Amino acid sequence: MDFSQIIVILATAIATATPLVFASVGETITERAGVINLSTEGTIMLAAMVGFAAALATGSVIAGLAAAAVLGALVALIVAFGAITLKQSQIAIGFVLALLCTDLSSFLGNPIVLIPGPTVPSLKVPLLQNIPLLGPLLFQSDLLVYASYVLIVLVWVFLYHTRPGLVLRSIGEQPAAAFARGSHVVRQRYFYTLLGGALVGVGGAAFSLDFKAGWTYHLTAGYGWIALAIVIFGGWNPLRAALGCYLFGILQSLANVAQSNIQSVPTQVFSVAPFVLMILVLVLTSGDWLERALAFIPPTARRSILRTIRTRAPAALGKAFEQD
Amino acid sequence: MAENAPPNSPALSPTWQHPRNTWLQVGALVISLAIVALLISFTGASPVSVVANLWDGAFGTTDQAARVIATLAPLLLCSSGLIYTFMAGLYNLGVEGQIIIGAIAATAILRGLQGVLPATLVVALSIVAGMLGGMLWSLLAGVLNVYGKISEIFSGLGLNFVAQGLIIYLIFGPWKRPGIASMSGTEPFHQSLWLVRFGNTDASPVALGIAVVLLIATIVVMRNTHFGLRLKAVGQNPRAAFLMGIPATQLLLSAFALCGGFAGIAGALQVSGLFHRLVPAISSNLGFLGLLVAMLVNFSALWVLPVAFFFSALNVGSLQLPMVLKLESSLSGVIQGMLVLAALLSRGLSQWKPSR
Repeated sequence: MDFSQIIVILATAIATATPLVFASVGETITERAGVINLSTEGTIMLAAMVGFAAALATGSVIAGLAAAAVLGALVALIVAFGAITLKQSQIAIGFVLALLCTDLSSFLGNPIVLIPGPTVPSLKVPLLQNIPLLGPLLFQSDLLVYASYVLIVLVWVFLYHTRPGLVLRSIGEQPAAAFARGSHVVRQRYFYTLLGGALVGVGGAAFSLDFKAGWTYHLTAGYGWIALAIVIFGGWNPLRAALGCYLFGILQSLANVAQSNIQSVPTQVFSVAPFVLMILVLVLTSGDWLERALAFIPPTARRSILRTIRTRAPAALGKAFEQD
Repeated sequence: MAENAPPNSPALSPTWQHPRNTWLQVGALVISLAIVALLISFTGASPVSVVANLWDGAFGTTDQAARVIATLAPLLLCSSGLIYTFMAGLYNLGVEGQIIIGAIAATAILRGLQGVLPATLVVALSIVAGMLGGMLWSLLAGVLNVYGKISEIFSGLGLNFVAQGLIIYLIFGPWKRPGIASMSGTEPFHQSLWLVRFGNTDASPVALGIAVVLLIATIVVMRNTHFGLRLKAVGQNPRAAFLMGIPATQLLLSAFALCGGFAGIAGALQVSGLFHRLVPAISSNLGFLGLLVAMLVNFSALWVLPVAFFFSALNVGSLQLPMVLKLESSLSGVIQGMLVLAALLSRGLSQWKPSR
């Protein structure tokens, strides 16, 4: 295998990962605020359809992306209303929406199946694209892909290096304390659930307008669940979630190469990997057996190992906030 | 999240007897159906003709009605099984994978023992194997939950995909049809290994019988036994249950095992009763549909039968929509999803106390 082949594999990996980056970074924001939006599978699918339909009707990719974002926010609004205001089970509402939106996408998207439509135009970044290796890998795609790079960094900086980011994390960890310090827990949770939902919606449009241009039934099947798995795999950190997306992209890309050589095993088998990794991460990070296993290592080394491996779900994730 | 039952645990006390709540529920039902009617009109079809077509598609011929029964049996099994996990405060989203592993285990027995033992015994053993397979797969999520403090929601979803990967691997690898491996599944079994059917239709009295017996058992367990009561206690208030000396670990694992076992039987029946081979889509999403049924009936086993029957009829009835009205058959899922969403939200509204 020569160098150019590796570049092709990696470039395909980035293309595969981009929609997932939007979705998993969006879901990371939502879950950091303490809300699980379990509807991602359906939101991505319906947003892919709606985004494509809007782009088709207006001829504008921007309108398509905007429609997908609005749809994602609307679905998230139902989750937020049910979970935050009505204090019903977030899991139940998100799960029903995941199934409902999937079926809606097939039902309403019936007339636009396999119709050619607008796509995000490719845009090579001048100068940067000429950098050897990195140029063809990172700077010869389109605006949506570049936007995903910016998004990862922006959200990371926001979460860990700004005051509102600190507040966002606090309402997912200790909502009562954040409330006592004057944060509007309910209002903020609504906002971040909608924001996260909008990004998941953009992730859907990134399929139908870019990565898998066009619309057909179940276009994005499985990717919403994968995004949820990646959020956990990434330990609710946008950088690590993005890394998870790219790892998944590389795996898929390699699977496609393997597929053309070994035809006996379909690529679906490789889609299992993120879920196995997710369960392993959950096993590694839940309970205290990791600390016990590392007890014989010198304390300083132990602490740094734990800090890199160990991740914890936001403490108030999935719990309704009782404002008393 | 890692707790066994979050404060908004699913085992809610039934609040729907209150008249205001009844009105809310009926209102939500009407609104959700109105939205569905609007969506149908939006696609250019008439809601009335859709209803007529759904009815005709489900009960128009004996074959179609039999298909409703064939869908009902596994759906009843999954919904009944899920009552146990919901009562214990668990969201067993891994039920799809439990059906798949049940089907795989049943197929392994059918393949391995055909011709060795009498056909009837082989089929019976395959159902037992399916139950054990589903049980083990469910207990995997259960052990992760009880001993590893890992949410059954995510481990269940993950294990679904692992099971899906496994079934595809088997169908395309070790169990592939001689010569060709395809999504159409493994080589069909000899007719002697097929479950008894009503005439020449898809419906099997054995499958329906097992499903109904287990549903009745579930109703009895939930209403009249100590076990059902303690399961509810753990689901509604794990801490209080702990203080009362109820062994939560044991109860939670039993709930997982029962649900997985029921789903595994459903998987086995899909193999010997309906498809007569192993196909990638062996679960036909019936596990997820079972979750919807259980949520719609608010985990009350008594209502499982009518709702599951209605959902089965919708599923079968919608199959001819593409041919007749050029509508997508996923309309059935849209109706089911809307109804459950309306039920969940109206339940929330009836408990809602607006803050000052």
